[in-house]
Order: sequence, then C-alpha cells, then structure tokens
Amino acid sequence: MAENFDLVIIGGGPGGYICGIRAAQLGMRVACVEKRGSLGGTCLNVGCIPSKALLHASELYAHSAGLAAYGVKTGKVSLDLPAMMEHKNKTVSDLTKGVEFLFKKNKVTYIAGAARLTGQGQIEVRLNEGGAQVLNAVHIVIATGSEPVSLPGIEIDEERIVSSTGALALKQVPKHLLVVGGGVIGLELGSVWARLGANVTVVEFLDHIIPGADRDVGKNFQRVLKKQGMDFRLSTKVTGIDKTGKGLKISIEAAAGGAPEMMEADVALIAIGRKPYTDDLGLELAGVATDRGQIVTDPHYRTNVEGVYAIGDVIAGPMLAHKAEDEGVALAELLAGKAGHVNYGVIPSVIYTSPEVAWVGKTEEQLKTDGVVYKAGKFPFAANARARVAGDTEGFVKVLADAATDRVLGVHMIGPDAGNMIGEAALAMEFGASSEDIARTCHAHPTLSESLKEAALAIDNRTLNS
Amino acid sequence: MSIQIQVPVLGESVTEATVAKWFRQPGEPVNADDPLCALETDKVTLEVPAPANGALEQILVQEGETVEVGTILASFVAGAGAAAVKPVAVKVPIAVVAYMAAAPSAAMQDAAPRALAVGESPLAPSVRRIASEFHIDPATVAATGKGGRVTKGDMLAAAARPAQPAPVMPVAPAAQDAREERVRMSRLRKTIAKRLKDAQNTAAMLTTFNEVDMSAVMAMRDQFKDVFFAKHGVRLGFMGFFVKAAIQALREIPAVNAEIDGEDLVYKNYYNIGVAVGTPSGLVVPVVHDADMLGFAGLEKAINDLGVKARDGKLSIADLQGGTFTISNGGVYGSLMSTPILNPPQSGILGMHKIQERPIAVKGQAVVRPMMYLALSYDHRIIDGREAVTFLVRIKECLEDPQRLLLDL
Repeated sequence: MAENFDLVIIGGGPGGYICGIRAAQLGMRVACVEKRGSLGGTCLNVGCIPSKALLHASELYAHSAGLAAYGVKTGKVSLDLPAMMEHKNKTVSDLTKGVEFLFKKNKVTYIAGAARLTGQGQIEVRLNEGGAQVLNAVHIVIATGSEPVSLPGIEIDEERIVSSTGALALKQVPKHLLVVGGGVIGLELGSVWARLGANVTVVEFLDHIIPGADRDVGKNFQRVLKKQGMDFRLSTKVTGIDKTGKGLKISIEAAAGGAPEMMEADVALIAIGRKPYTDDLGLELAGVATDRGQIVTDPHYRTNVEGVYAIGDVIAGPMLAHKAEDEGVALAELLAGKAGHVNYGVIPSVIYTSPEVAWVGKTEEQLKTDGVVYKAGKFPFAANARARVAGDTEGFVKVLADAATDRVLGVHMIGPDAGNMIGEAALAMEFGASSEDIARTCHAHPTLSESLKEAALAIDNRTLNS
Repeated sequence: MSIQIQVPVLGESVTEATVAKWFRQPGEPVNADDPLCALETDKVTLEVPAPANGALEQILVQEGETVEVGTILASFVAGAGAAAVKPVAVKVPIAVVAYMAAAPSAAMQDAAPRALAVGESPLAPSVRRIASEFHIDPATVAATGKGGRVTKGDMLAAAARPAQPAPVMPVAPAAQDAREERVRMSRLRKTIAKRLKDAQNTAAMLTTFNEVDMSAVMAMRDQFKDVFFAKHGVRLGFMGFFVKAAIQALREIPAVNAEIDGEDLVYKNYYNIGVAVGTPSGLVVPVVHDADMLGFAGLEKAINDLGVKARDGKLSIADLQGGTFTISNGGVYGSLMSTPILNPPQSGILGMHKIQERPIAVKGQAVVRPMMYLALSYDHRIIDGREAVTFLVRIKECLEDPQRLLLDL
C-alpha cells in the first residue's frame, strides 16, 4: 500500500533532516528515508560531532600537562580511552535521538530503510526491519551525502587502514599514525591521536597543507602543528600499503615521481577526500544526470528529472554540513513558493584543531588571481589580552577588504576559538559590511573578538593595540 | 477621516524643500484650497493648500526642517466636525539626522518620537560617518547592499561624485558676537553657492573675450523705438538683439548649446535662453523657452514678464527650468569686464557689460564709439577654443551689423 507525501527526502543528514523540518514548518506532508539506522548523517554519526567530541576530550588531556603553570596542581593524569570513546558515543546518540525528537515535534515521518527511485514521483523503500514500502511524492529530494574515497590499490579495512570513520573508533592509541592527506579531516584526527600520544606523520601530495585556505594561514598552521609534534611530508604521494606483516609498510615517493621510500606505521588514515554517495538510488533508471558522481542541479536544486531535487554533498560545492543545511532550508522554501537563497560567497570553513583555523570569503591568492585590488589588515593574538590570559597566543586574524569600497572580501583566522569568531565575520560579509563597519562596532573587552576589530582597524593602519 | 498632507511634486530635479511657515495651527478651521504651509525650494516658494474644508490635526514637520517629495507634512481632518479636532501635541520634532535609511514615507509616517521603528534599517557605522563628514544624505544614494541597504562603497561613490544634492544639516545657533552677525543661509543662497562651486569643480571652464561696437544696434533702436512701442506695447531693448545674435551663433556652433551627460554629449535642437536677473534675495535665471520661435517683440515681452515675476518672487518652477544657454548682464551694475560662471549642465554663458564710449581706431582714424566688452565662459571639455572664439565673433558681427540677423548670416 503506497503512502502519499508532498515531499520525500532520501537521506537524514544535516541537509535532509533540516530540509524536512523546514518543509513541515511550511505545511508540507514530509517523509525522510534514512538507511543508517540513526539520523544526522555523516556529520552526527561519523563526522563533525564525534570528531569534535574527541578533539575536545583530547585537548583537555593535552592541556592537563600544563595546568601547573596556572597554579593548578594535579596528580598523575592518565588516559582512559574507552571512557573517552564512551563520552563520544553518548554525545552522538544523544544528538541523533534529538533529531528523531525534532522529527516527531514537526510531524516529519521517519522511515528507516534504503530508498530507490522507481518511477515518476515514486520511491520504493527496503525497510531496515524487513519488507518494502512504496511512497508517492510530489517532490523528491536526494540528500544522500558523501563517503570517503581511498587511493587506488589501497583497501580501507577500518582497522589498520582507516577512513575518518575508523579513525574515530581506534581501540588503542597507535604508536605511529600515518595520515594520508593534509586536509581538514586528516589534520583534525591527526591532532586527536597526536595529543593522545601517537607519532603522527602527514603525507600530502601538494606542496602545502589545507588546500583552499589562505596560504598565509596555512603556513602558520603547519608551523604550529609541527611544534606540537606532527611530522609533514609534502609533495609526496603514497603508492601502496603492505599490511601482510605486523605493522604497515607504506611506500611513498615524491609527487613528481622519484625513488620509492618505505615508511612504517601501525595505522594509516586515508583522508584524501570524499565523493558523492548515490549507490543503489536508481538514478540511472530514473535518468537523473550526474557529472563525475555529482548530481547536476540548477540554482533551484532541480535535477534534470521533474520533481527530483538534490542538496548537500551529492551536488556541487563544498562538502560541509552547514552548506547542506542552508540548501535544505532554501529548497524547502522554494518548494513552498518562497524565496529560498544560499549565499555561496559567504560559507565559513573551520578546522577544529588547537589553535582553530577558520575563514570565510576569498583568500589573498584568489583575490590576486581575480585581479582584485585589496587591502589586508592583520592582528596577532599575541597582542590580545584575553588570549594572553589563556596562554593561547598562537595565530592571527586577517581581514581582506576591497581597496576602493572597503567592503570585506575575506576573513582568515588561526587562533583560539576562531570557529566561533568567524560567525561575526560571516554576518558582516552577508550584509556587505566594510572593514570600517567592523572597526566601528563596539567589541567587548577583554575578548578574543577584539582581534577581529583590530585586524579591521589594521586595514587603515590604525590598530590600537599592536 | 484623516488625510495625510504630503510634500507635492516640486518639479524636475527638485527633491527637497524647507518648511518655511505654517499658516494654520492644528484645530483651526480652514477652507479647501486655503494655504496650509509654505515650502521653500531651491528655486521657488510653494504653498501647500488644504485638500478640503476641515482642520489640521497634527503638524509632523516643524518650520525650518527639510522635507522630500512625498514626506508627510501633517495630518488633516476633513468635514464639518473638524473644528472640534483635538490638536495632537508633537512631542519631539523629527530630527533631520541621517540615521534612518528607510524610504522617507515609511520613516516619517509614524508620528514622533523617533526611535528606530520595526522595518527600518539602521545605517552601517561607516555610512553614518561618511554621511556626516561629507554631508551626503544616505537616502539619496543608490543602494547596492543586502535588502536595499547603503554600503560604504555606495557612500564613497556618492562622495566622489561632485553633484550631490546637499542635505541641510541642522546648525546649532552659535553664540552671537556683537561685532558679527551670523545668519542662516537661505535655500536660494545655499543653492547658488553650491551650484556655482559645482560648476567650477566639474567643468573645464575658461573665458574668451571680445568687444562690440554698439553703434548700429543703438542707431536702429533710436530709429524704431517709438513705432515699436506703439505697435507691440513693449520697449525695444538691447536684450532682444543679444538673444537673437546668440541663437544665430548657437545654430552655427551646436556644442555651445550642448551638455555632457555621463559619457554622452547631448546636443539640443531647441534654444531655451536663460536670462540672469538679480533680485533682492539673490540671482535667479528665468528661461525664455524656444526663444528661436519668438520675434523681437515676443522676446522683449517674455524677458520683461520674467523680470517682473522675478522681482515679485512669482517665478514658477517651469520658468526656471530647461535652459540650454545663459546670458548674464553685469553691465546693468556698471561692470566693464567679467568672467561669468557656467550654469550647469549648460556649457556656455555669455556675459554682457556696460556700454561705454571709447576711442577706437576705424580705418586709420581714432573715433569715439559706444563699445561693450563681451565674455563667453565655456566648458572646454565639450567646446574647443576655435568654436568658442568663432561663437563670440559671430555674436559681435551680428550686433555690429544687425542686418545679418535678417539674412541669417
């Protein structure tokens, strides 16, 4: 027996569940199909949230060694990894249950199962509990997210050769962790295990880490991580991993080609990127067009098939939970005849290491490529009172503004709590603010956020505290 | 029923006015079309009439404040019972401060007090600074920001543009010193000040001179002045000759009758000649429209009428608009030589001066002739030196030999 809905969303991650709630708020009859068995997608289950739980816990552990300097004496601090994992698991299950509660509250029907497009406005769900159900929908949204990719010839077993998922659930701290890929995921999880005692080596194909971030920030970040004990092999590629022995034998060579070299490690984390996840959706049958795995959409998230839409990691753009969420809201509003909109020029990026790295808008490199004449204003956290109080003086804030109009074009931060502070910069940019607008907005003292104000002042060479 | 009294459309390019005087107070009965208040604009003073029999309910804009087209001035109650209207006390006058970017109608609709209302957008701090430093009203600036907000870039662009309508910032009354007197500039004076300075800032202005022997024009005038007056009821003056000569020259040198509009040159195939007139309150330039269509009598009549209207302060907005070329006569005050300033966006202005007998050489003989120096100030961006000189020479020729005017030479 088929059930009828205005909107059926395939995928209960940040894009899908937010889209569902917003559509229900707007009066639609909504179902969300999710096969994982819990809602929240990669983000809540095996991504943002568990990684932040471990980052937070491991940071506490790492900080405990330095507490004496603040007059706090501790006994011998030791690691209880199972308890740390338990904290992580509890956080995840609390939050995923929270999403189920939100579905109930907003009257979104949650169907646990794997969906497949079977005809115009029709979906067949193989239920997790067994059996099948047919759903009829006026609109179908594909929000199935993404999955980690591996290197050719290297198979992820999630035990010794792991993706982010396995790296969040290691049974013990590896002596030597090899991280393949110097991007956000690799550096965050590398940080976790480095703080817990692992020797971490990061192998990156490019000659710099965190591609896409401002290079100035990237260089500073690499220096700080090196100081924390992380080892970097840039312009280097991994050509194979031999796991026949007790440890892993990893062959590497220069990215441009050269003599092969061997490295040893207990665990290898493959964090070279993610790809859209569209397996078994019946896209070919339905005729939904894709481009290198990504579902092709127009600016209103319509695919080439009428009534079928896509948002989040399965379409173009940065694979970020907040980008997917905003698309979910925009699409629900568009379907309700409202003016949904996502500003792709103002999507913040954050790396939750210590110090954190955060940015929004254009990098200096992009502005140079685009031929934009800009001014840069920079302020070091070492000159910020609050950062000094906390002993968190690494890093800086950099504001980039148009030389003619003073409009803020990009803000780049490396330092304590940068992930929270980037929100102010995003708001300013969303409203087309000038650096002067930030500089003339009163910032509380003593706070870290004063550094953003000072960096804005620096655009006009009028910083007050450096 | 309450009617909102709005600032009426003031005419082309006029967006602001000052409330000069309220003639009626709230509750005082008025008849339809009785004047309620006077608005002073850059150019003229207008009266705002009562829309019906009734009475003012509440005055929303006080005397001396600046208003824009569409601003609600007052609320009005029509009908017989209107006399019983209880006047509503105005608690706080609407400040002319550039803190509100919302459309004037929305911003002004609710009566005072003026806290930030729902739906109004506060201006960005940089915009507020530029507004007060550069005297630019953000409401007049084209907004490119989110939700129609004015950004700093918009304000900087506006500040870089020379011809901004100047907002009137309230000036605190300064302490009076016994040896000097501080008087608030009238709107007309401010407008004159601003336009003259704008002209100097914008145009590549320079002046070319010539002199004209007025003997022929004077002889012709002497010969026909009585018959002319008998027939047309208007005196034959000099202005008619100058306007005719100027049109003749404008036809030959079209650039002088043109203006710059952004990246374009606009050549005008009509001849609206402004004639500068001094009045007790300042200089005004009423315009003889389509002057090329008028004969000597028509021109003299038109110039006369405008002069009288200017003296009596009766000029309408239409009388002051649309000029394509201006003639200024400093000679009436005795000036021998001057460099007039352009009346933008026009590109040329002819300066007439005092006729004075001077010895000059004619065919090797020193003779005494009634001579006048002529000056043409022009915008060199659009008019070449050769054109300017030719233009002035053509005027001189037409005046020294008025038959040329007949023969279109």
